[in-house]
Amino acid sequence: MNGLKIIRIGPAASVQDLGRPGLLGQGVSRGGAADVLALAEGAALLRQDAGLAALEISGLGGEFEATGPLRIALTGAPMDAAIDGANVPWNASHHLQAGQRLTLGSVRKGNYAYLHLGGGIQTGEYLGSRSAHLSAGLGSAAAAGDLLPVGKDTNRECGLVLDPGSRFHGGTLRLVESFQSALFSAEERARFAETEFKRGTRANRMGVEVLPDGPGFAAQGQLNILSEVIVPGDVQMTGDGKPFVLLRECQTTGGYPRIGSVLPCDLPIVAQASAGAVLRFQWVTLEDGLNAQARFQTQLASLRGACRPLLRDPAGMADLLSYNLIGGAVSARADPFDAGGDQ
Amino acid sequence: MTNCAEMVFPVVRTAGLDGMIVTFGDQLSEPANRAALAFRGAVQQQDLPGVCETSTSLTSVYLRFDTDQLRHARLAEVLQDMLAAQDWYGAPLPSGRRFWRVPTVYGTELAPQLGEAADLAGMSEAAAIDSLSSARVRVLTIGFAPGQPYLGPLGHEWNIPRQTELTPMVPKGALVQAISQLVLFTAATPTGWRHVGQTGFYLFQPDADPAFALRPGDELVFESVPVADFHRLCTSDPLRGGATAQEIRS
Repeated sequence: MNGLKIIRIGPAASVQDLGRPGLLGQGVSRGGAADVLALAEGAALLRQDAGLAALEISGLGGEFEATGPLRIALTGAPMDAAIDGANVPWNASHHLQAGQRLTLGSVRKGNYAYLHLGGGIQTGEYLGSRSAHLSAGLGSAAAAGDLLPVGKDTNRECGLVLDPGSRFHGGTLRLVESFQSALFSAEERARFAETEFKRGTRANRMGVEVLPDGPGFAAQGQLNILSEVIVPGDVQMTGDGKPFVLLRECQTTGGYPRIGSVLPCDLPIVAQASAGAVLRFQWVTLEDGLNAQARFQTQLASLRGACRPLLRDPAGMADLLSYNLIGGAVSARADPFDAGGDQ
Repeated sequence: MTNCAEMVFPVVRTAGLDGMIVTFGDQLSEPANRAALAFRGAVQQQDLPGVCETSTSLTSVYLRFDTDQLRHARLAEVLQDMLAAQDWYGAPLPSGRRFWRVPTVYGTELAPQLGEAADLAGMSEAAAIDSLSSARVRVLTIGFAPGQPYLGPLGHEWNIPRQTELTPMVPKGALVQAISQLVLFTAATPTGWRHVGQTGFYLFQPDADPAFALRPGDELVFESVPVADFHRLCTSDPLRGGATAQEIRS
């Protein structure tokens, strides 16, 4: 089977799609890509369905070899990327020929990078999804020697680029009140929105610690509340009053009180905030929250139209002298969709 | 929003941007858990357009819904009407539940904290085994880890606190106890609950169909067996350790 072979890989990479919603009642959170915007950007660049699986890479990249011709796209937290040693732009789609090697460095900002294949990664499904959910025992981390099998690629369009949405430096997180918000006094909730937070070092696919620049936040009767359902985006206060913003792979129930719930459309900002990035919270009404989420869905739907052809910057081409820079001018009748003619 | 101390149950509240939660009590009780299980069953039967999934916690029902298809105000109205229609705290439990008998070793080196738990419950080890192995407990909810049940309620004598220090690791199939409940662990894990019994009943098999052995509302008895029988059952029935099920006729 055609695919991408992993030659070497950092310790925190796994296949992710949109996850497995619908299993809360059996104790399985939906999981899936930590940054769903990046997943959608990759799908737009490759002109394919946003539900296809990609490789999510946290922190340290790796080296990969194509076993046949492939289209790839690179999105999310930017890394230095090169094909057979020649640098290629991020947030763009590229061709790989059989035997060509892709190398990815460390993330320059943000946390989660995504490597998409035209046709999607077709590893096995567990409970209706290809997403690894390691704490649930579903799937496994990507490892050197693995082959990422590719699905049937019905499209040939390539060499597109997309402006990445800005979400790698923190920002404002909008949140709605939820069923435990009233456990916190009105003063405490107001102070929450006036406080500046920094993204802490305790962070993974389940949740992200945010450290206040002042005292922590306490609920009334914090130790006696019954364990209750968690939804992604919930901001829970641990025993020491430090908030954690919970992501899509969070546990399904928990006993720590939650002051509110961050809008799903703002969770990519949480997932991608670099350590030390400044984050603030802003209360919004349910109606404003629903409107913001609807605008985000519209934005996702418009990503395809926002892609534009990649213009290569000669300064970034390490092997400039090996290119025939005027060759294209003499073949006006060449088939532009012939993959072999695409530099 | 009302202060929780003044809350009158059942109460309907929002959960995040696209969820609603119906809560039947702020303390675990048999009637509040029964109400949650029965109400979720009724919500599932209604098959409301726009409702994407439901789940129960100890005393609540959670609904996630498509906010384009179903408005918050409309869903709240439907749920209030359902709440007003009957006394959910005395409602019959949903059908399709099963009764499981689970062979269990209490104490020994396989479950080393039975003695400690018996002391805290104020009884001898023999009396603790009698008490725990004759209790018919219900799957109150499933959560924390895939397929992992919270079981109970046990009698008040078993309302013992969790340990302040975690036990570094208990194995898969461990039966642990605290706060008038039991948990049957689906994976090896550190825990603050006391390891009182060991079973060979593995509740979550991602590759099997069904992947999950238990459903909320199922009932179980953890029957005491000698260590030699336990090992024999684990060998002959490697995934269930001799656990058997029958339908509960409602």
